[in-house]
Amino acid sequence: MISLNVNGKQHQIDADPNMPLLWAIRDILGLTGTKYGCGAAQCGACTVHMNGEAVRSCVTKLNRAAGQQIVTIEGLSANNNHPLQLAWNELNVPQCGYCQSGQLMSAAVLLRENLNPTDQDIDDAMSGNICRCGTYQRIRAAIHKAAHIQQEAAKI
Amino acid sequence: MEPKEISRRNFIRVSGLASAALCLGVYFPASAKEEVIVSKAAADARGIEMNAWLQIDTDGKVTITDHRAEMGQGSFQSVPQIVAEELEVDLKDVNVIFAQGNPKKYGSQITGGSSTIRGSYKQLLHLSATARTVLIMAAANKWAVPVSECYAESGNVIHKPSGKKFHYGELVVDASKLEAPKEIQLKKISEYKLIRKPLNRRDTPIKTNGEAIFGLDKRLPGMLYAVVERNPRMRGTLKSFDSTAALKVPGVKKVFKVQMKVYDTTRDGVVIVATSTWAAMQGRKALHVVWDDSGFEHVNTIDIVKRQEELLKTSEGISFKTQGDPDGVLKQSSNTIDVIYQTPYQAHSAMEPLNCIAHYQPDKIEVWGPIQAPDWIQGNLSDEFKIPKENVVVNMTFLGGGFGRKAFLDYPYEATLISKEIGAPVQVVWSREDDTTQGPFRPGIAYRCQGAIANGEISAIKFRVAGQNLDHWQGGKRDKPNSSTDEGFVKPYFNSIKNISFSDINFELPIPPMWWRSVYASTHGFGYESFMNEMAALAGKDQLDFRREYLKDERCQKLIDRMEEVSGWKSRKKNEGYGVAITECFNTTVGQIVKVSRHTDGKVKIDQVWAVMDCGWYVNPDIIRAQVEGSVLMALGAATIHEITFKDGLPEQRNFYNYLMPRMSDMPPVEVHIMENTADAGGVGEPGLPPFSPALTDAIYDLTGNRIRKLPFDMNKV
Repeated sequence: MISLNVNGKQHQIDADPNMPLLWAIRDILGLTGTKYGCGAAQCGACTVHMNGEAVRSCVTKLNRAAGQQIVTIEGLSANNNHPLQLAWNELNVPQCGYCQSGQLMSAAVLLRENLNPTDQDIDDAMSGNICRCGTYQRIRAAIHKAAHIQQEAAKI
Repeated sequence: MEPKEISRRNFIRVSGLASAALCLGVYFPASAKEEVIVSKAAADARGIEMNAWLQIDTDGKVTITDHRAEMGQGSFQSVPQIVAEELEVDLKDVNVIFAQGNPKKYGSQITGGSSTIRGSYKQLLHLSATARTVLIMAAANKWAVPVSECYAESGNVIHKPSGKKFHYGELVVDASKLEAPKEIQLKKISEYKLIRKPLNRRDTPIKTNGEAIFGLDKRLPGMLYAVVERNPRMRGTLKSFDSTAALKVPGVKKVFKVQMKVYDTTRDGVVIVATSTWAAMQGRKALHVVWDDSGFEHVNTIDIVKRQEELLKTSEGISFKTQGDPDGVLKQSSNTIDVIYQTPYQAHSAMEPLNCIAHYQPDKIEVWGPIQAPDWIQGNLSDEFKIPKENVVVNMTFLGGGFGRKAFLDYPYEATLISKEIGAPVQVVWSREDDTTQGPFRPGIAYRCQGAIANGEISAIKFRVAGQNLDHWQGGKRDKPNSSTDEGFVKPYFNSIKNISFSDINFELPIPPMWWRSVYASTHGFGYESFMNEMAALAGKDQLDFRREYLKDERCQKLIDRMEEVSGWKSRKKNEGYGVAITECFNTTVGQIVKVSRHTDGKVKIDQVWAVMDCGWYVNPDIIRAQVEGSVLMALGAATIHEITFKDGLPEQRNFYNYLMPRMSDMPPVEVHIMENTADAGGVGEPGLPPFSPALTDAIYDLTGNRIRKLPFDMNKV
């Protein structure tokens, strides 16, 4: 039995400790917001947070994730209201939407560490996430927007 | 494609729809040239089933059954936006459900050819206005007032003089008994409140919190998972396999041969069925397979390219179109160019790899997946498994990208074979490597372009094309030229270039070829429009003025004016490179101007892309802008970053570590402008792609003096 804490909930799962976290999240816990894109940490579609850091769940083995605090897209905010989610909705970022969970999870770490990221910061932080629909221009704008939303909220 | 005749009787009397009181059906012919059918009787006469495309229930709830897929292109938003406009309801009150695949009900459902809006908007406008009209009539009858005193707004009919009001739900029962008038008044563009407005997409919220269900996310009770090891040379066969070790992997249930038919070919594979995706993948690693793929080892990119070049030099090909006497003029001309352009093979690489769930039962098949062609799949499964069409249910989920690859039959067919064998629902998951290496691929094509300039004018152009024809493995005739030989070429050129010809050189290979975003235009556009830039240079003319000279129709002239204006064409500076291209496909013309410059690190970078699209009538400008931004990025990848190459019959690229994708830092700023006119709607999902690569290479020529004639090329080395 492996003990897994996902989005604040404790789970005991019976699985191969070598199974990547991605498949445990999707096939065993039934949280399908985290996506399979490449299985090789190349595209970022599977990005989740482990103790607050962005990790590629497709190459993160269960035994490494056991006992850690895992957050998936389903746990990013209570009501789709993280500043990034608000900005994503306002600027109509997604097209097909498949990569966007991973994009948001990567961007959330950036925005927590860097309250006002520059274009270069965004390039650096987001370069591990592929979008085949070509939403990069909007992702960039939405991260700037979210930074603004976050700053405004901090003033209140 | 104006609807010729609307049958007005009985159009709402559809039985078996319990709560929906007002219910209208519509049929979308593949050609989009036939009439709208909203009547049960008319549907019966044509042997099609009445569908409940638009339903309004007694609570006033509006439900539309979207017959097309949502793969990012925005049908989930633009289709209801059309309906709500003419129906006069609030957009938020329109519910959208995906139609199941059923061409007998819906007509063509293939999401391809950028056809979702252009193939159905007139029918949708008419259908929605018809519903609004009978609802107003029903209210007028109830109040015993003239119809002219009533109007519809936000799901209500209002009697203007008295201010009395009924909501649609109160009227649907009465309205369903009425006969619609012959003439239905459609709104003018100036009256639109929703159409042509950049309204937010309704699928965005569920695509930002993980809720949207894509094919891979669908789950069924008792569902098993499967992966398939397929012949890596694509057309070889299976000799033998040893499943002993695979079957020992915990969770692996069954291992067996699966053979999927694709047109006149079969694809052999060995399937591993397991209790989870991961277990199936582990089982696959333990599998030992021996293939017989002899005869396919000779497929090498280096040879393919060489053979195309040789054929272009030695063969005239089959004439597709000849206007005037280009051969004669070329022979007598002194000021000529004769060059070859080349494009590579490409994989689709949608972010969601191929997958499909199938549940085969002796008398019924049901599939779920990221599907662009539900109607086609229904027909195929019915034929192959000898089950009547009505018992073959094809469900579309959201698609994590499609780009043409998911408008195909193979993956649902294979999943159904597997479900039949194991007697349980199964989700077949393609790995990224499967998705990249198994094809079918966008073919790489070579172009020989000859031209002559006399007195600064084009005197002749001759194009010869050598590349795989997508129709051939579907049984297409070899003695005919490719019917899309001039795809991408802007049609008004033909009015002003007197001597011009296109011919197609038959080019056969065992590689499975397939449509890829904007199909042939994705590669033809590079050859033809790059060549127009070379002709402009030979004529000593500005590339934009040169287009202006040869694209004389009013829409093109306006498009060119707009390109000039938005890009600051006339004030461009010496140390900047500007490139131009204009292409046409799916009834839409797009012009792009790319600006490049050499940065302090010595590298040439794209500073700006301006795209001007003339797609005629349109729905949502923000969705269009997004489609063009995405098209530019996809074209950038195919022009400068990735290609599929073959060595000894095997694709050499397997995953994103060697089939590289453009990243955030590669995205150039893209500014999109839409021409305003009332011409028939054209496509928007694909036409933004073809002009990019010729405009980019033209900009590089403008800056460096080097003509790039072969894709992909390395931006770091120009």
